[in-house]
Amino acid sequence: MIKITEKSIDVQKIIDTVSSLSAGALNVFVGTVRNNANGKNVLWLEYEAYETMAVAQIRKIMDDASHRWPLLGWAVSHRIGTLKPGEVSVVVAVSTPHRKDSFEACQYIIDSVKAAAPIWKKEVFEDGEEWVSARPEMMKA
Amino acid sequence: MNRYKITAFGITKELLGGREANIEIKGDTVGALRTALNEKFPQLLDLRSLLIAVNNDYADEDVRLTPADEIALIPPVSGG
Repeated sequence: MIKITEKSIDVQKIIDTVSSLSAGALNVFVGTVRNNANGKNVLWLEYEAYETMAVAQIRKIMDDASHRWPLLGWAVSHRIGTLKPGEVSVVVAVSTPHRKDSFEACQYIIDSVKAAAPIWKKEVFEDGEEWVSARPEMMKA
Repeated sequence: MNRYKITAFGITKELLGGREANIEIKGDTVGALRTALNEKFPQLLDLRSLLIAVNNDYADEDVRLTPADEIALIPPVSGG
């Protein structure tokens, strides 16, 4: 299941979608909104997606992951719109027969989604706002 | 001249002054489009990177464009 949604993400629902009686492991990554960036308070984040392409890119990532690990179930859900600190922005869940595969697959999927899915976030501070990673001078080591 | 419609996402929407822009170029490749975009909107050169997507996939510079293609500007992504 691939979902780009403006509604808050129900992590338990995703776990239920992914669970399988033949699975011995279910791994979930939950990304949340941090209340700080570069030493400044973050008031909220604005997420935007190029939805059709994001779904297409995530589908490619999942095709790849399905060939590399024995996935019994999987789900990727990404939130868009306005998110406050503490809210869930992304969930990746996979189930596999054994735990090692579930850890590896889950990490591969979230890393790939972050690198390739056309999704952007803007941090809103008390004194301004900035698109994350957009400009070189704003990159931090 | 070839005319293309571009959809801009993230910071590029602000740099182009709107979600959509029309641009006329002499060539018909992604590379020719990039050159024309950089001339018309030099602020795009300040980005860390800028990829161009054609029909929902990242496109190399030599990909040929048609007026029916869905063309999008993809500044550095930051999902997650």
